[in-house]
Formats: sequence, structure tokens, C-alpha cells
Amino acid sequence: MSKNASRTGPSTPLIVACVIPILVVLMALPRFVDVYQIQLFTYGLIYAIAALGFNLLLGYTGLLSFGHSAYFGLGAYSAAFLVRYFGIGSIEVYILFGLLVTGLISAAFGYVCVRHTRIFFGILTLALSQVLWTLAYKFFWVTGGTDGLRVAFANLTLLGGLIDFKGRNAYQSFVQSYYYYVLFLFCVCTLLMWVIVHSPFGKALQAIRDNETRAQFLGIPIRRYRWLAFLLSGSFTGLAGILWVPLNGLVTPDILYWPFSGEIVFMTVLGGFRTFSGPIVGAIVFNYLKVYAVASTAYWQFMLGAVLLVLVLALPTGIVGTLARQFGKFRKRG
Amino acid sequence: MNLLETVNLKKYFGDTHAVDDVSLTIAEREFVSLVGPNGAGKTSLVNVISALLPSDSGKILFKGEDITHASVTDRVKAGIARSFQIVNLFDDLTAFDNVTLAIFSRQGKTTNLTALAHLDHAVSAEADTILGQFNLVGKRNERARDLSQGERKLLDVALAYALRPKLLFLDEPTSGVSTRDKGQIMDTIASVVRGEGITAVIVEHDMDVVFKYSNRIVVMQQGAILAQGTPDEIKNNDQVAMVLLGSSGPDAFTRKD
Amino acid sequence: MDILIIQILNSIFYACILFLIAAGLSLIYGVMRIVNLAHGSLYALGAYVTAWAIGTFAAGAPLWVLFLLLPSGAIAVAAVGALIEPTLLRPLYNRPEEYQLLITFALLLILEDVMHFLFGGVPLTAGAVIDSMGTIRILNLRYPVYNLVVIFIGIAAAVFLWAVIYRTRFGVILRATSQNMRMASALGLNVKWVYVQAFALGCFMAGLGGAVVVPAQAAVLGMGVEALTLAFVVVVIGGLGSLEGALIGALIVSFVRTAGIQFFPEVELAVLYLIAAIVLLVKPTGLFGRA
Repeated sequence: MSKNASRTGPSTPLIVACVIPILVVLMALPRFVDVYQIQLFTYGLIYAIAALGFNLLLGYTGLLSFGHSAYFGLGAYSAAFLVRYFGIGSIEVYILFGLLVTGLISAAFGYVCVRHTRIFFGILTLALSQVLWTLAYKFFWVTGGTDGLRVAFANLTLLGGLIDFKGRNAYQSFVQSYYYYVLFLFCVCTLLMWVIVHSPFGKALQAIRDNETRAQFLGIPIRRYRWLAFLLSGSFTGLAGILWVPLNGLVTPDILYWPFSGEIVFMTVLGGFRTFSGPIVGAIVFNYLKVYAVASTAYWQFMLGAVLLVLVLALPTGIVGTLARQFGKFRKRG
Repeated sequence: MNLLETVNLKKYFGDTHAVDDVSLTIAEREFVSLVGPNGAGKTSLVNVISALLPSDSGKILFKGEDITHASVTDRVKAGIARSFQIVNLFDDLTAFDNVTLAIFSRQGKTTNLTALAHLDHAVSAEADTILGQFNLVGKRNERARDLSQGERKLLDVALAYALRPKLLFLDEPTSGVSTRDKGQIMDTIASVVRGEGITAVIVEHDMDVVFKYSNRIVVMQQGAILAQGTPDEIKNNDQVAMVLLGSSGPDAFTRKD
Repeated sequence: MDILIIQILNSIFYACILFLIAAGLSLIYGVMRIVNLAHGSLYALGAYVTAWAIGTFAAGAPLWVLFLLLPSGAIAVAAVGALIEPTLLRPLYNRPEEYQLLITFALLLILEDVMHFLFGGVPLTAGAVIDSMGTIRILNLRYPVYNLVVIFIGIAAAVFLWAVIYRTRFGVILRATSQNMRMASALGLNVKWVYVQAFALGCFMAGLGGAVVVPAQAAVLGMGVEALTLAFVVVVIGGLGSLEGALIGALIVSFVRTAGIQFFPEVELAVLYLIAAIVLLVKPTGLFGRA
């Protein structure tokens, strides 16, 4: 039926058909690859959660934030503070506390940021994240300064203390268990975000993105919805930060510094910010790119910038967007 | 009680009196046409009443309540909706999504972020009904930007209509559309509006359209109301003919082709 | 009392630097509606180029040579700007705003590493300039003459810009294009050429800021982003697109920063952002900005 020429997304059966095999592969992954690769892929999943959150603002609400490192870093530091000052090892507590902190701060930052036009919005988000970075950097007696704060996996527990990592092969068992834990949360986040963007609220966000005036004239409160999107976005990215720190073992102010915000932007644009799965694909691809590129050059920022330049000028819809278009052309011809 | 009443409404842009002391009443179920030469202030008046522009002085009463300082969203909730002269749609959403959005907003469902929009069958059914009323069923799954100009104009009106307003402002709903399509579009709009008993105010330049559909015509000039009355009264008003057409007499308003 | 005067002079000195950066940013935005995220990096580039030029060519040279080399940074940056605009920015004018922000962000990343590559990770100084100008006696303390020269340059730049924008034909063209690009084009103005010139001029200002600051403050990696965040506070307070706003905003930010360093060290940046946030809440367009 050629009437579907302008469909705005793949059909549900197609999505399910693609997702199930992917999930099966992901579940079985640890059987086929070594510990290092599992850990690497876990980082990819964590970045994917961060990018999903980020894209709620960019792709669906039309707001480009250059300061998302703030929420990632807040999540990470929240967990680290619990370790350092309260000796807590339960990741569930990290998640609850971290989400609370990230939620509050993104609510506050969002309140200030969403009152403004897109240009000011972007720079304001950058500036606010820079303030957090300055605080983390300068109040070193609290945050550990450039040395940072350690979060040792040996003291970590999953599932409310059911699983811990002491004894033989602790590291291996940690990486493996943590992979499944993150995978589960990644699936939850993806599902949640999918529901959000396909809900009436999600449609309203897209309306605000497409035509602010008309959205207003439909009775949609623009500022309030943007703020809510900001809050949700910061929380998702904050969760990613919380999950990141046990894997990384250490949190330093670098995670709040603007280049990391840039990486989040980059991975989302790489994957394609006008699609749902773009940020996920972009994050995972970027993760591998970074590992192999950082190993080969000291001028990583230049590479990032150059690729972003090419993306913007030549491939604005990113990997997923370009593939989708090619696939659409293929279907039309066939 | 009148549905809408403006009292000494003023909007000045420096020396330009866009809306100059306009006191207008609109009763329920009227189909009012707002006419006048370019720059007469018709669109400005609509913009002020719909809150796109703030007024400088004067009052606006809707169903007896003072809405002069109410926000856009408050006026929409109260029951005022409008379409736009330059088509104003959600270009990247489908026609269907455009309409469902209006319905969700009307029903206050847009804060709902845990339910899938397309699973709300009541809303989907209503959206399809509305699309049907506006002859847009075939374009349901097309993005708004891919529709023809006439279809976009209709969709623009459909969006406002989907809010089930008490008072609907239509700003030049047939401008930029070919003559043949104009008739169809106006027929569609008029039948929907009449059928649902909606009070409509339409800004229009095409006098044929105006005479055919309105039961009251308000003529504006330089921001003020020059004359108002039934189509017959206006047809026989020489002053109006002079202002609108530059000539008067019994045949002034007859198309000469 | 003497210290107070020194602090005031230092604030004015720094305000001149901020003014140069912010005026360039505002000019570009005013004419082209582009916010150049790489603007701070261009300032840094100006600093680096000037420091390098003076370090390489002027070792032991007389003062007039040093002064001749000082604007090299500004000129280099203007040239870079003139290259960037037609190649990287022009293709995106018809695209949504996000793309412009993304590409200037890409430029930021590229420039930061280009500077790293060209000039290394070690701070570059041009202290020779300050030293050869000596100091002047202010009450009981001595103050570098160079700083006073910079203040003079800052004032001269403000006057010069004002004159260009409001008293020359080029300025009329700039203002016309900024107010209504289509109309200007319809009237036969070569908008493309105007854009290149405006962008180059804005970049020149940023580069000049870097060039004049580097004798007093070494060029280091990361100075660009730091400057960008401060310049942003300046245009928020003063109003984006306004020359007077850049001037007043620079003065306010500089004085608050000096006071902040004095009374709330470590968090003077946070204090500044608090002020910016308050201004944005109360008067979103800034003191002199247009809606």
C-alpha cells in the first residue's frame, strides 16, 4: 500500500521483530566475549541511557543542551558521596539518592533555562554545567578535587545486598553481573522513554518543537512542558551517571567539564537525533570509536569536531536517519 | 448575553491606530464576516481578541467575563479558537497527529506521559470524524508539510475546530487558494460551523464568499468600525462600496465577468 | 586606598578585554543571528598567535616592533573568520538553528585542538611587552603602563565600533541587513559580502581581545571556553546584539568578578552566573537588548 509514503516511523510488529533477536544476542553476550569486551559494551549501554535522556530535549522538544554533563556528573558524584561519606554499598540506594539529587537540580536549572530562546538555552545550559565543574574542582576537600572520589566494586552490592563481589574472581563476576544489571535498566529506560515519546505528552512536546505558537493556541502550556521535559531528560542522564561510576571506579571533575557534554551531543547527532533509536546506536558506536581513536591520537577533540562538522554538513540525519531513508527508498523501488 | 463583547478596544503601534476604539458585540450562532481594505485592522482585532497581541486599553468580555488580561491558553480553555492567515501547522506531524493533538489538549490529556497516544481509541475516532468533516481522510497519514495548500488551509481550520470552541476566528481561510477550491473550502467550513452551532468570525476579502455565508458583516476602516449590518444592508450602503471597491451604485458588488 | 585604585584599574582593564570579546559576539549575532560558540576559542587563538609572534620575532626587539606584532593575533583571527563563514556557516543559513549551534560547537572542538597542536600544552607569554613599557606611579604603588594602554585601546575600540556602525555607510548597510535581510537583499545589497565582513569584524574583535590580554596573562589551553562563558554573562546582562550592552555588561561583569574574587574566592563564577540567572528572570533581553 503506497499510501504509507510518509509514515512517521516503523510499524510496531517490525519493531518487535527487530528487538527480540537483539535482546537474545545481548543476553547471551557474556558467553562469547571476554571480560574486557563486556565491560566496554556496558559503557556503551550507559552512554545510550544518557543519550536517550538527552534526546528527549533535542529530538522531541527541539532544545539543544550543551550542559548535560552536569546531570551525568551529579549522578556519579551522588553515588561517590554515598560511598565516601556514608560507606554505603547498595547500588539501589545510589540510584534512589542520585535520582533525587539529579531531579532537584535539573528542576532548578530547567526552570531558569526553559524561559529562553534556543540560542540562550544552549549557552545557559553550558554555563550552568561549567559552574558545577568549578565547584567540583575548587571545593576539593569535599569532592576530592582532581584526584576525585573512588568507588570500589568490591564494596558494591546489587539487588539490595543479594549479590556482592568479594572473593575469587571478584572482578570477573562483577563485570558479568553488572552487565546484566545495566542491561536490564537499559531496557527499562528504553521502554519508559518509548512510552513517553508516544504518549499525548510526547506529542505535545513535538508540537512545541514544530510550532510553538500553534501549540500555545491549542492550549498547551509551553514553558511548563519544556520544564517537565528538562526534568525527565536530566533524570535519565543522571541515572546513566550513577550507573557509570561503579564501573569506572572513580569520579573526577572531568565528567562535569564541557567536552563531555559535547560527547553526548555528538553521539546523539551521530546516531540521528530525529529518530528514537538514533541516540542508542550513536552512543554504542561512539563508545567504540572513542576507545580506538583515543588510543591512536592525542587530538581526540579535533577528530570529534571534524566528524561532527561532516555530519552536520553531509549527514544531518545521522546513522539511523540515513539508513532509514535508504531503506525507505529501497522499499519504494521494490 | 452576548458571547463576545469588546469595549473601546485599542491597539496602537506608535501613530498607527491598528485597533481604534472598537466596540463590537457578537451573539451566539452568528456567522460574522470582518471585511475592509488592507490595513483596516481586521487581523489586528482578531489578534488582540485571541491574545496574540496585548491590547493597549479597553475591555474584552467573553460570556460576560473579563478576559482582557487572560493568557492565550486561558482564552483557549474558555472557548476561543482561531485559525491563521499564514498556515500554522505542525509540519512534521501527520494530519491525523495534528488533530489528535488538539483533542488531547482539549481533554487535558497532554500531561499524560504513561499512556500510548494511538491507543486512545475515542480520540482516534473523533480525529477521524473531524478529518472526514474536512475532507482530509485520504491524507490522514501524510505529514502536514506534504499536503496541498488548500488541504493545509482546511487542516488549519480543523485544528481550531477540534478544540470545540464556542467562538471560532478564521483569518482569511481561503487566501492563497485557487478560485475553484475556495468554494469547496468555504462550503466545508460553513457546513461544519453551522452544523455544530459554532459562532464564527471570519476575516475575508472575497465579497462573494462574504455575502454568501454571513448573516452579519462588519466593515472596518483604519482600525475603526465603519458600518455593520446584514448582507443586504451592506450591499446597499454606498459608503461601504466606496471604501471597499472605489465605486458605488446598485451593481457595485456584482462581479463583472 | 591604593589597593582599591589598583583593583578598580584592573577591573577596567579586564572589562576592556571582555568588551572586545562580547562586542564581537554581539555584532555577529546582531547582523547574522548566529551565536558563535567558537568565539571564545577565536579569542584564545588571537592570544596564542600574538604570543607566538612576539616570542618568535621580537626577542630583544625595541618596543615599536612589539607593538607592531601585537595585532597579528587579531588579523590572523579575522582571516580565519573570513574563511569560515562562506565555507561552513553559509550552507546552514536555511537550516534549523540547531545545526548552526552544532557546527560552531564543532569549530570550538577543532580550534581547541588546533591550538594544542600548533602551540603545545605550555603557556605562551608575551611578557616582554609589559616589561618594556615599565610602570607608572599611582599614589604609593606602581602600576603597569601597558594596562593603561589597553584601557585606552578598549575605549578607542568602543568609539571606533560605534563610529563604524552609526556613522559610516558600511554601518548603515550592516544595520539594514541586520534589521531586514531580505529587504536589504532586494535593495541590491550584496548580503553575502556583508555577512563575511561582519563575521570577520566580529572575529577581529575577539582576536584583538586575545592579542591585548596576552602580555598580561599567558595564553593557556582552555582559556577560550572560560572566556566564552564570561562573554556570555556579559551579553546576557547587556543584551545580545547591543554595543552599549556589551560595554556596560563588560564593566558590570568585570567589577563583580573582581569583587567576587576578593570576597567569595573560588566561587566568583557561580556568583556571576547567579546574577546572569537573575537578569534572565527579570529582564530576559538584558539591559539594552531588543526582544
